[in-house]
This record gives sequence, structure tokens and C-alpha cells, in this order.
Amino acid sequence: MPGADKETDLSERIESFLSELKRCGSGAGSLRGSAETARETTALLRRTTAQARWGNAGELMEIIRKEGRRMTAAQPSETTVGNMVRRVLKIIREEYARSRGSSEETDQQESLHKLLTSGGSSEDNFRQHFAHLKANVIEAINELLTELEGTTDNISMQALEHIHSNEVIMTIGRSRTVEAFLKDAARKRKFHVIVAECAPFCQGHEMATSLCKEDIETTVIPDAAIFAVMSRVNKVIIGTQTVLANGGLRAVNGTHTLALAAKHHSTPLIVCAPMFKLSPQFPNEEDTFHKFVSPHEVLPFTEGNVTQQHLTPFSTLKTEIVNKFRKKKLTQK
Amino acid sequence: MADSDGRQVDSINHSTEEGVKLQEIVQAKCEGKELTREEKQRLRKEKKQHKKNKKDDRGPPEKEKEKEKASVPAPSKPATQSPAHKAPVPVNASASESPVAAEKPAKSKAEQRAERRARQDTERASKQGKKEGGQLSASSKPKATPNELQPVVKRLPEHIQVDDPAALKKLAKKLERQQVPLRSDYGYKVSLFSHLHQYSRKNPPTQQISIPATVIHPSIVRLGLQYSQGIIAGSNARSVALLHAFKQVIRDYSTPPNEELSRDLVNKLSPYISFLSQCRPLSASMGNAIKYIKKEISNIPSQCKEEEAKRRLQECIDSYINEKIILASEAISKYAIEKISDGDVILVYGCSSLVNHILCEAFEKQRKFRVIVVDSRPRLEGKEALRRLVKKGIRCTYVLISALSYILPEVSKVFLGAHALLANGYVMSRVGTSQIALVAKAFNVPVLVCCETYKFCERVQTDSFVSNELDDPDDLIVTRNGKTHLENWQTVKSLGLLNLVYDVTPPDFVDLVITDLGMIPCTSVPVVLRVKNVDQ
Repeated sequence: MPGADKETDLSERIESFLSELKRCGSGAGSLRGSAETARETTALLRRTTAQARWGNAGELMEIIRKEGRRMTAAQPSETTVGNMVRRVLKIIREEYARSRGSSEETDQQESLHKLLTSGGSSEDNFRQHFAHLKANVIEAINELLTELEGTTDNISMQALEHIHSNEVIMTIGRSRTVEAFLKDAARKRKFHVIVAECAPFCQGHEMATSLCKEDIETTVIPDAAIFAVMSRVNKVIIGTQTVLANGGLRAVNGTHTLALAAKHHSTPLIVCAPMFKLSPQFPNEEDTFHKFVSPHEVLPFTEGNVTQQHLTPFSTLKTEIVNKFRKKKLTQK
Repeated sequence: MADSDGRQVDSINHSTEEGVKLQEIVQAKCEGKELTREEKQRLRKEKKQHKKNKKDDRGPPEKEKEKEKASVPAPSKPATQSPAHKAPVPVNASASESPVAAEKPAKSKAEQRAERRARQDTERASKQGKKEGGQLSASSKPKATPNELQPVVKRLPEHIQVDDPAALKKLAKKLERQQVPLRSDYGYKVSLFSHLHQYSRKNPPTQQISIPATVIHPSIVRLGLQYSQGIIAGSNARSVALLHAFKQVIRDYSTPPNEELSRDLVNKLSPYISFLSQCRPLSASMGNAIKYIKKEISNIPSQCKEEEAKRRLQECIDSYINEKIILASEAISKYAIEKISDGDVILVYGCSSLVNHILCEAFEKQRKFRVIVVDSRPRLEGKEALRRLVKKGIRCTYVLISALSYILPEVSKVFLGAHALLANGYVMSRVGTSQIALVAKAFNVPVLVCCETYKFCERVQTDSFVSNELDDPDDLIVTRNGKTHLENWQTVKSLGLLNLVYDVTPPDFVDLVITDLGMIPCTSVPVVLRVKNVDQ
């Protein structure tokens, strides 16, 4: 039966996506960039909407939530997955509300008021069946996908507003967003980039070679020299893995040191983060978001008796240190 | 021009007078009397006039002038040395001059003396009118003087003037004269550091020395190779190795005829020092050790027999090592152990022999603590510290410097070693130390720096750029997952690799400095330096 085939096809795709997520987490941070992950997640959710069996918005949201939970469980450190799932859920709610005919704002106010007074769940609101809901939702998800395609370009377009000529810019590790940002500015301005290599994975090396291809003057420094050269740096531009709800960042290891050094020298710190990296999670403790990788990278097991090793690829960054954000401009719907 | 001509004529007339005066002065020197200030100035002035006279026709005095310049490149010289160098020159000069002068009619001695004194007074007055001129008359310790009567120019160390072609040429000439090979820079230098040398480990200067080396003692050649390849690293280790090599040199030294040990040995040491600084720029501790040795050598009285002198010098070196390094580390451990309490979590960075010693001693005294060793690429010296501490039985954790902000909340104290302590309170140490101090301050963890007093230095520095050392840039290249991204960095013209060795930590990040004189705040370093200078 065509329906059953579609379903098995769908579950196969979901399974393969989950295994990809599980695998890529243990490597050097990003075998696939977070933009790709976001795109693939959204595409998968669109397929789920199209192919799964659901009668009304409530059922669809249940299915999406279930899949979303499985995906985040596969790789908890990859927060873009969770962010995309939440975006799609919001789309479904909006489309439902639009189909029902009420405008968005009053609906929001109503629901808040309802929460306060009645305390009842608004689950019953989603039980109505609408014929065109599926098509509307799929169309909205397509819009979301086109938005995702354009994030990096939108950020890069603002590069010339932030970089002047003969500047010295420091960055750490490898971020595709920052790479595109700097390359765009390099077309019109001449400046110098210092890349901290970010041991032990040394993604900074890749970043440096890629920047050099565009004839940008690049220097690679070891992590230990970050504070030593910071006095000659005009701006620090970094990418991040996640932006947390309190404004803090979850970024690659060494970013906290970089931020402290920048604060000491009063150097502005700019973070380039596309929309799908914004997450509603709060860092309750310093330790909640760390991801540990095998210490084999740092000290191979052959090198004798050592009692304890730590290797953390991510670290949380306090809010007060981050200066500005450059996100893709929000489009009102 | 008339003035100089007049002066020349007069100088020839005065030469007999001067010659007599000079001989008196030289006699006084040989008898061991201290030269008065006036006599020193007269010596100097006479020598300059002799040189002016002979500039065009005689070769040897030119060489002597150069020799004097060459013996000057060490950062500072003790006072007694400069007259020692000048004494042979005027003696020779006056010896050659006197037959010529004897033919000229001599004025009466009193008239000449009066004229000369008047001229010197006017010159002295005019010089004091100039701002810098005051130095020549008022100097209590005449430093190495330039060869003309100009305001004294500060002699910058050569290793921070790589971007000046004149300085490079001067260095090349000096090394050629000393028969020391010149090492060439390697690779693209980041523009901020174009004033520093950058050498490659694959081309040590020892390759350019012929075997057997006639000018440079073999133990010095070996030492230079060990420095350039990084086999001996760490400021204490380098100083001790240097002093042992010098002991060997002294043992093998024999005074050539007609030479005094106190002067000749110092001259012999100069090419060795140039060679060693070509292998690897001298550290502050090595500089202080060399100053001490040179002072001891020139303080050897001339009537001392060679064997006795050599024995005395070797004893001096042994006592220096014993007092300044070994006993100092005992004293520092004693103070530092008071600061370690049970249950402490101590963070150390890299491999500092002093800090390792302190921790081992504390462990032997049954303190209960554990250690976190922080390490950084490309040197990865922390692995050595880890090995030593684990061998003792101390519980250790090993992290890279990028994980610092993760591990610091667990830490109760930070112990750091130092390469040198500068006069404005800044701590010069391995690159990354300032980062550790910064983050520790942000987490309110006390930072203690352990440093012996012989590493204190008169220099002042506020950033890590002005005076630093650039290590081999190829060290940053690493192969991961079979890929080496930076393999062909030389071919890419806009790519540079920066491998700094040292950085400076501002004193507000450091809470305490533990020295053999006690526990002092960072800002008390100039006080210690002043006290030391008074003692010596």
C-alpha cells in the first residue's frame, strides 16, 4: 500500500538522520555545520507533515514533538535540532489560528489571559479539523527553509558596517558564519585576521587556510598567546554554537578566555549567530552544557599512568561579556 | 675646521706632556690604585685625540678602536673594565707618539698644563650646557663610551633591532671578526614582530662551524646546540648549564704571554657569548650570571698566579650556583609550603623546576593536596611536569589551556614560575601565563609567582611585543586525521604563523611573589634590585 510505503520510507529517513546525529557529535565539532543540520531537520519535519497520518493540528503537534524528542536525545549538544522543532511547532500553531480566523495578537493575549484565569490547557483548541491546514503548514515550512538558506548571506551583507580598513580582527576556531562575514568584507577592505588555533582539534588551521585563499592577511597563534596579542587587536569576532536565553553563549572551548581578555583590553566582542542558534534554554549551572570528548586527543593512553584527564570542547560564556549580536534580521509574518 | 686643526697642532705639542701624565696614570693603575675621575677623563680624552691624529695614516689604532667597540656589546660592563681596556691603547699610542713629539719644541710644562686645564674647563662647561653632556663629567661609573664626544647613546640589545639594516650590518661585522657564524632568519615574520629574530630549529648555527673549532670552545659549541634544539630549556637549567660550560672553559684556559688573565679571559668569553646568543637569545638569568662572572674575572688582582686565579674563579661559580639557585629554591620552598594547606587544589602551568620542587617538598612534608597541570601547544611542557609529579605520587589532572575556565572553579591556588621579574613589577614568563593569571583573577583564585632574586632584571616592559623571542613557526603544524592543513604555509603569501615564547603578566593579576628574600608584592621588585646593587 502506498501509505505504508510512505511511512516506512519516512521512518527510514528519520532513523538515518538520527544515526548521523549520533555519529557526528563525537568528532571535531562540526563534520556538518549547524546550518546543514537545521536545514535537514526542517526538511525532515516537512516530510513528516506531508507523509504522516494526522487528523488535526493537535495530532500533528504530538507527532512532531515525539520526533523532536528523539532527535534531541540522539545528540543533546546539537541544539539547532531542538530550535527547529520549536519553530515548526510555532508555525503549526500560527497556521491553525489563522485558519480559525482569529488574528495572531489577540490570540496571544487571549491565551495568556486564559492561562492566568482559567488555568486550563489550550489543548482542546487544536482539535478542529481544517482542510487546508496541511498545505498551509507545508508552505510555511518552505518559507522557513528559504529563510535558512539566506541566513549566512544576510549576515555577511552587514560585514562592511563593522569592519574598517587596516583593522586587526581576532577570531577563534572555525565558524562558517564568521568565515563568510570576513570574506565578504575582504572584497572591499584590507584588514588583518589573527586566528587562535583552538587545540586540540586545531580547527583554526582550516579557518586560516580558507581565509588566505581570499588574500586576507592571516596569522595563526596558539591558544596560549591569546592574551599576549590581545592588546593589538581592534575587534574580536566569533561564531557560537548556541545563544542561550539569558544572552550567554555556548561556544567552543577557549572562548571564555578570549572574552575575558577582550574585556580586559576593552575590545569589542561581536558574535555572528543566525536565527536558528537562538535557544530558549537557560544555563542553570556552569556545568550543564559541557560536552566531553575522549581525552585520547590530548594525552594518548600509551603515555603512561595518568590519573585524570579532562577535555571539553564547549564552554559556557557569561552574559556580561558579550557585547553585540548580529543576527539575521527578523522578518515579521 | 680651524678649531680641529688648531686642536691637532696643540695636541701634538701636548703629547709629551700628556705622555708623561699618561705614564703616571698607567703606573698608578698597575699599582692597583683607583683612578680618580679626572684621571679617567684625561685618559679618555687623550685616547680620542690620539685616534683623531692617526685616523688617516695608521691602521692598527683603527683596529684597536674597533676592538674597544667589540668588547662593549655585553649589556653593561663593570667600571673597572673600561680603564683596563683603555690603558693598553694609550700606552701603545704614547709609545709611538713620543719619538715624533720629541722633535717638536716643547713649551714649558707649567704653561702647557695651564693651557690644557683651561681648555678642558671650557669644554667641560660647554658640555654641561648641553643636556646630555652632564653625563661625561658627572658619571661615577663611566659606561662604555662612544668613540666621539657626543651625548651618550643608549645601546639597545641587538636582538630587538632586526628591522634596522644598520644594526644588522654591525652585528654581521662583529660576528665575522669574532669568527662566529651568523644565523639567518627563517620564514615569513608577522609584521608586528619584524624587529625580532625568527630561527628554524633545522638550521642550527653549529652546522656552519668547522671541526675542530678553533675560536669557540667545544663545550660552548655543545651548549649552543643544546640550546638551539631545545634540549636544555627553562631558565634555571640554562643558567646552570652555562656556568658549568664556563667552568670548563676556565679549566682549559691558559694565559697567553704578555697578557693578563683578568683582561684576556673576558675577551675570550665575548665570542662565546655572541655564539650562544646566535643559538638562542640569552635569558635574563643568563645575562645576570654572565655579568657576575665578568665582574669576578676582572676583579682578579694582577699578581695572582694563574692556577690560583682559575681555582678562585671556579669556586666563585660554584658558590653562585649554590647560593642563587640551589639554596634559593630551598628558601622559596620553605616559604611556599606555609601557603599550601591540606585539601588544596593547586594549579600549575607548564614545567617550572622551582614549582615542581616546591610541590615535591610539600608532598614529602605530608601535605594533602592535588595538582592540576595546565599545558599548551606547541611546546607541551606540562607533560614533563606531569611525569615528574606523578612519579612522586601526587594526584594530578591534566588539561589544555583552552579548558581553563572549566577547571578553575575547582582550584584553590595557582602557582606560577617566572623567567624574569621586570623592574615595573611585570612578570615575564612562558606564553600563556598571563592568560592563566587573568582567568584566575576573574574567578578570584589567588595567584602566587615563585622566582629567585637572581632573575630580577632592570628592564621595563609593558607588553609582550617589544622584547620577546620567536620560536620556530613550523612547530605549530600538526597532523590530525591524516590531514595537515598548514603544511605548505610558506607558499601561501598571506599566511603567517606566530610562535611566541614569552609574555608579560601585569602586576595586578599577581597576588604574591615568593622569593628567597621572603614574600613580597610584585611592586617591590625595584626595591630588591636597589638593595642588591648596594650590596654588590
